[in-house]
Amino acid sequence: MTDVRADSGALPGTGPKVPTRWTDAAMTQRLRRRYRFERWFRLSGLAAICLSVLFLAFLLYNMGSKGIGGFTRYEAALPIDFTKSDLFLDPAALRGPDARQTVAGADLSSAISKAAAAAYGPDAAQMFSDGALDILTDDIVRDPSMLTGQRTLWLPVGSKIDIAAKHDSDAASEKLVSMLRQKHALKWGLNTQFLTGSDATDPSAVGIWGALKGTFLTILVTISLAFPIGVLASVYLEEFAPRNRWTDAIEVSINNLAAVPSIIFGLLGLAVFLDIMDLPRSAPLVGGLTLALMTFPVIVIAGRNAIKTVPPSIRDAALGVGASKMQVVFHHVLPLALPGILTGTIIGMARALGETAPLLLIGMRAFVAAPPNGVSDPATVLPVQIFLWSDEVDRGFVEKTSAAIIVLLLFMLVMNGLAIYLRNRFERRW
Amino acid sequence: MSLTLALVAILIVALAAGWFGFVRARRLRTAGRLHSLPVYHGTYAALWAAIPALLLLAAWAPMQSRLVDQAVLASPEGKALPAFEMQRESIISEAHEIADGEREQGFNPESSTLAPRIRAEEGRFALMGGFAAIIVGLAAAALALRRTGADFRARTGVERWVMVVLFAASLIAILTTLGILLSLMFESLRFFRLYPATSFIFGLEWSPQTAIRADQAGSSGAFGSIPLLWGTFFIGAIIAMIVAVPLGLMSAIYLTQYAPARLRAWLKPILEILAGVPTVVYGYFAALTVAPIVRDLGLALGVTSASSESALAAGSVMGIMIIPFVSSMADDSIAAVPQAMRDGSLAMGATKSETIRKVLLPAALPGVMGGILLAVSRAIGETMIVVMAAGLAANLTLNPFQSVTTVTTQIVGLLTGEQEFDSPKTLAAFALGLALFLITLLLNLIALRIVRRFQEQYE
Repeated sequence: MTDVRADSGALPGTGPKVPTRWTDAAMTQRLRRRYRFERWFRLSGLAAICLSVLFLAFLLYNMGSKGIGGFTRYEAALPIDFTKSDLFLDPAALRGPDARQTVAGADLSSAISKAAAAAYGPDAAQMFSDGALDILTDDIVRDPSMLTGQRTLWLPVGSKIDIAAKHDSDAASEKLVSMLRQKHALKWGLNTQFLTGSDATDPSAVGIWGALKGTFLTILVTISLAFPIGVLASVYLEEFAPRNRWTDAIEVSINNLAAVPSIIFGLLGLAVFLDIMDLPRSAPLVGGLTLALMTFPVIVIAGRNAIKTVPPSIRDAALGVGASKMQVVFHHVLPLALPGILTGTIIGMARALGETAPLLLIGMRAFVAAPPNGVSDPATVLPVQIFLWSDEVDRGFVEKTSAAIIVLLLFMLVMNGLAIYLRNRFERRW
Repeated sequence: MSLTLALVAILIVALAAGWFGFVRARRLRTAGRLHSLPVYHGTYAALWAAIPALLLLAAWAPMQSRLVDQAVLASPEGKALPAFEMQRESIISEAHEIADGEREQGFNPESSTLAPRIRAEEGRFALMGGFAAIIVGLAAAALALRRTGADFRARTGVERWVMVVLFAASLIAILTTLGILLSLMFESLRFFRLYPATSFIFGLEWSPQTAIRADQAGSSGAFGSIPLLWGTFFIGAIIAMIVAVPLGLMSAIYLTQYAPARLRAWLKPILEILAGVPTVVYGYFAALTVAPIVRDLGLALGVTSASSESALAAGSVMGIMIIPFVSSMADDSIAAVPQAMRDGSLAMGATKSETIRKVLLPAALPGVMGGILLAVSRAIGETMIVVMAAGLAANLTLNPFQSVTTVTTQIVGLLTGEQEFDSPKTLAAFALGLALFLITLLLNLIALRIVRRFQEQYE
């Protein structure tokens, strides 16, 4: 037995002792195999993480490339002769505060389609967006004198033409676009309406301001409930709670609540806030309450961890100079723990901001064409708006949905960035 | 509206009591030493003035609406209402809206005559409740202010109130848990009264489409939950985990064992971004980009039944979403293995990968398993991805290219139609919610127990 076999199953210590032969052919082969496996293992780890990063990059690229078009729009020139149109609007009467209502009452949309048909042929009658109507109304209210003459206005085109100008579309729209291009009657611009408008049935006239306002109101309700209550609860549990059955039950329920699926909170909101308490449906108030219950345990857990890191010497010193237990906590421990609590709160809020499912259940999926003016008005939020638009069949909604997703992701990025900044800037290592 | 006025009045009373107490205590301080600072005397009086009165007001508000309804029904206008219940209720709710100024006039002429009565009764009861609350506030403030004195321990009194508030805040957790359990159980019981529980638990067919008229064919929907549970399990626990576990585990191993510190400082936050992306974004990505790819792949492989709402598309995107979660759980478990074990293995001549595979992973296995269970629980409760990408057809199938449906998808589907609240369809959503809650609770409890025992092992 002078040969060390690569695959010998001999137990150590059973045979006579033989020094390891490092240069032996079988040994070097085995070593090579082991090192080869080592390299492969390491590379597969790198591949796994690269794959995850690639997924993220693909997702972001996908949304970005599809959505960037949602922030721009094409506008077409519309030569319109108001004297020939049968609007019956008297410029002199459009001075008072009712001017807007008077203009809105006139049949502007048929005036637009007639002018479009006159300028570019009968196929072009429906080429302008529903949003063109609002813009024309604004223009007339601002300058009623335009009603007495002929003007050339630049108005946003409808979804079909917009898609045809940006990508490719059906033959009729393509023909219209090339004709408009030849006449230099088509120009590209920023879609301001997307940032200032609300939901609409026409994809070229939609905007996210209504949904954003709903989101702000909802988050406002959430934060003003969940933050104070969460901080107080974490102070109680960490600093004052005696160890007994009550506090054990509280602790267990907080840990469980943090892992309960978000849709369950939607069911709770539906049964308690809408059915029993009879609060208004689709309102930011109910959405905020539901999300507050959902983020509360997150804040409590973050708060307890932050309070735990404050060293006992701070408490001892304050107690030593005669502070009461309550003064120790509220004058010393809490201010020191606050950056940590805020970081956890912002992360919890970011999660609430992206939440969709519970809000669907409490009815925040209604079609809301005007921004909400208060917490009890019907409203929708940005993630739900994205969900609603994703359900639309009209192809024009694809880029709007992706554009809304870009806005949502930017908000997430800002909030998480703020949390990281707070953590690095203010959090103390003891 | 009058109750809002009472609220403002109580707050004013509290502020006045606080200021009065503060001033009185400060005057006492010039005479001699006080036990508590004047500001505590003021706060003490303000808290006594505000809290009991506010509690009374909060209890009164829901009672008031019931009393108003009773009084309105007993009034001559209320007695003149039609006896048919639905009609009567619609008139009453319209009248309420007119009384609140939310609309000018209703469809029913009766509601306009009822509105002034409602407004009058509301005013009467609000006046009663408001005055009672203000009197309680004043009385409590007077009692509290009488105690102001050099020896009075106002700070202790204030701290006792603060303690009550702290305890009440932490009670919210229990109340929420109870609220979830009770509302789910209550509505589920109502559902099981309409539909047998055994058919719900063991039924193999799910078709909640109940007919609108009772005499229509197939008016009783089938509510067997097995296809939904299978779909949930198939997407969340099988497909998603096939994607997430290898990728998450290998990512964690690379990050903790191989990556140089600077690379890790970059890669870890990037991986965490994956966890921060809202689920509706993943859902849109799955439905719009991944699903067509998966369907084409299925057709290329010769699966003719490949659906554009496949289990594979939803499950794989869900797996991507779970990667950072699995990775961070695995990271924690591997980090918890004592350094001595790793050092010992390396000292015996094992390569790094051998150490990881033969020493670290077996030692960390309970923690990793617990982490995977938590990930499964999260995947099962995930809603938006499956709502947008998995479809509504309840199939009991093993074919990942076919469409399956999940518990969460059905809850959303059942509750977002225009439905009355008491139909078996909407109640079924609560029964599904109860099932989901219990399953995730069970998974979490098992996972936490495994993780905790594992942590104790090495402490």
